[in-house]
Amino acid sequence: MGLLTPLWAMGDTRGRVVRIRRETADAVTVVIQPQTPWQGHSPGQYLRLGVELEGTCHWRAYSLTSAPGRQDGCISVTPRRVEGGRVSPYLCDGLSPGATVRLGGVEGGFTLPRRPPKRALFITAGSGITPVMSMLRTLAAARRLTDVVHIHCERLATRAMFAAELRVFAAAHSGYRLYSRATATDGRLNGAELDRLCADWRRRETFVSAPAGLRESIEARFRADGDPRRLHTESFQAGGHGRGAKRGRGGTIHLRNSGVQASSDGSEAILQAAEQAGVQIPHGCRLGICRSCVCRLRAGRVRDLRTGRVHGHPGEYLRACINAPEGAIELDL
Amino acid sequence: MAVSAPVSEGPLARLDATQLGYLSRDLDAIRNDVTARLGAGDARYIRSVIRRQRQLVLVSRALLLGSRHKPLWLAGTAALSVAKILENLEIGHNVMHGQWDWMNDPDINSRSWDWDNASPAASWRHAHNYVHHMHSNIRGKDRDLGYTLLRIDPEQEWHPVYLFQPLYNLLLMAFFEWGVALYDLNTPAMLAGDKPREQYLGELKGIATKARKQIIKDYVAFPLLSGRRSWRSTLAANFTANVIRNAWAHSIIVCGHFPDQTYTFSEAEAANESPGGWYLRQLLGAANVEGSPIFHMLAGNLSFQVEHHLFPDMPSSRYREIAPRVREVFSRYGLPYNTGPFGSQLAMVHRSILRLAFPGGQPRPKGGSGRRRLAARFRR
Ligand SMILES: Cc1cc2nc3c(=O)[nH]c(=O)nc-3n(C[C@H](O)[C@H](O)[C@H](O)COP(=O)(O)OP(=O)(O)OC[C@H]3O[C@@H](n4cnc5c(N)ncnc54)[C@H](O)[C@@H]3O)c2cc1C
Repeated sequence: MGLLTPLWAMGDTRGRVVRIRRETADAVTVVIQPQTPWQGHSPGQYLRLGVELEGTCHWRAYSLTSAPGRQDGCISVTPRRVEGGRVSPYLCDGLSPGATVRLGGVEGGFTLPRRPPKRALFITAGSGITPVMSMLRTLAAARRLTDVVHIHCERLATRAMFAAELRVFAAAHSGYRLYSRATATDGRLNGAELDRLCADWRRRETFVSAPAGLRESIEARFRADGDPRRLHTESFQAGGHGRGAKRGRGGTIHLRNSGVQASSDGSEAILQAAEQAGVQIPHGCRLGICRSCVCRLRAGRVRDLRTGRVHGHPGEYLRACINAPEGAIELDL
Repeated sequence: MAVSAPVSEGPLARLDATQLGYLSRDLDAIRNDVTARLGAGDARYIRSVIRRQRQLVLVSRALLLGSRHKPLWLAGTAALSVAKILENLEIGHNVMHGQWDWMNDPDINSRSWDWDNASPAASWRHAHNYVHHMHSNIRGKDRDLGYTLLRIDPEQEWHPVYLFQPLYNLLLMAFFEWGVALYDLNTPAMLAGDKPREQYLGELKGIATKARKQIIKDYVAFPLLSGRRSWRSTLAANFTANVIRNAWAHSIIVCGHFPDQTYTFSEAEAANESPGGWYLRQLLGAANVEGSPIFHMLAGNLSFQVEHHLFPDMPSSRYREIAPRVREVFSRYGLPYNTGPFGSQLAMVHRSILRLAFPGGQPRPKGGSGRRRLAARFRR
């Protein structure tokens, strides 16, 4: 019967939006009912979510905020509006219950271990709280919020998502201590403050989900006088670099199947260079995370724009969104 | 300047650089306008074609379960033929061109699509999108030009083997998908050392895999499903549907490039061409076929071969809309716009195949008022 499957191959997994809950003025929680059996996830992982706007499907990564195994079979994500963005404003203001979205793969290694740590420290900032929310809900449901310190930063207290639920956790679980910081008034958090806010931080499994600045300062502290193996980090910016931070000399890109010639000055990834030459490569996050844009290298070398590493062998699959040509290359596209 | 036989001078060389620049600007404007307006309606169109096509496949396969009954056989075979035609032309060919890649849909895009056809998707895309579309109608470069097998232009040198071309053209027509798959392998290039053996063997393996799948599907699995009393008739129905699809695709495709009005070009003519020159060559090497909306859909809109060659990755559903604008642009430059009814375009092609089986042959008049105007313009 496998021969018949192409008939139904149309349509990867879809989900129906069943509820939308406003978290703050600029963020909502979208509760989604998967239309096919849900593959499951570990707390902390993200979902590739696809929405169609004017005929074009856009893929973005969103951390799952629901704990795995909900009774109703639903999952949830919590997007915050990025001004001028394509997808997040739609999710926050344009979506209504009943809408259909696409569910791509679940990915990510920033997860709560199967056996939760005895003592944990969570450091979150802004919408970075989303993957941690799934972890906290999981721990709360299992009555394992026994020794958890949570430092959450937000520019203004009024912008904090999940504030009510976090207060409930604090009230119901004596082992959960929440320290909220409004950075607009109290200043930005940095690694040096760890001792004051959580004196025994070295003895804790630490999970950081925050923008690059804060994450790097915590990382530095762990490297200097902590145990980096106990530190787990997530970032929505995949590496915390500006585009072309590690630019190389660039080169030409020959797309063999379409015969198109594109070129990059070294700061543009293959994906943008191809788009400028009029070739659309299917893509997702554009950040090197989701692997939607993987294509096959036929000749030449490429530079990973995140790390500056030059790599690539003929026949190798690489991500078009984070690699730039280093000299002339050929792709199977 | 006289047009000397048998070397028909294409008008390529005669539009000056400024004119070509304007031509390219005008055509780009049409493309940009359509690209900017692509949206939900276009997405709905292709999805509904795919959905309908799949329903048709299901219906046809179901009908053929009882194929020992004549009416069911006829209805099932007809439905399956139409489904295969839609799948190969309006869907497969166009999706694999990347016409729908702007949707960024993981299911409907040129990278992941595979079709109900003997040619493996990846090697077909290279042979078709690149070798054929980039070099269309350049003698010695465009391998689709008569598929080397056919002499369809008097400027191709005659060889005794062409005496048999009326015959093997019929075979090609019936088994077009296999012909194209094997042809795209380009065995001569491998033998001459121009194509790495490794690549050749890889592609050969691709074809073998694809062939096995196709054969198992149409000639083993579905006949088996029909059971002891209908397997023979189902097998015959599947064979018939494949031949009908092949003959139809062959007919549409030869009408796109081989009718009398189309030109072929030497490599020298097309050397160093500007974007305008490329557009012009696409125009002069292609011919449209007139017909009803249903006809165009069954032709995968390749009946708008001119528009398709100008904008190979524009969604096919837009060709009909832009055709009048394209035609208007060309008429402004005094250029011909090749088009004609299906019957007469097809008849011309088959007449050329018959005539050119024998030595000699005159270039056919490049018909239509466009040609006269063009000639008048260039005579000045
Ligand atoms: C692993 C991972 C998990 C994520 N989880 C969440 C989540 O739980 N909740 C959530 O709200 N978002 C999350 N994101 C971010 C999300 O994927 C989108 O990037 C974000 O919603 C913006 O998409 P957009 O289409 O609105 O903006 P785009 O149209 O993609 O971008 C518009 C502009 O905004 C800038 N921009 C894009 N993203 C950001 C950003 N995060 N911060 C500041 N500027 C940005 C872009 O550089 C661009 O200039 C996550 C990202 C990753 C990689």
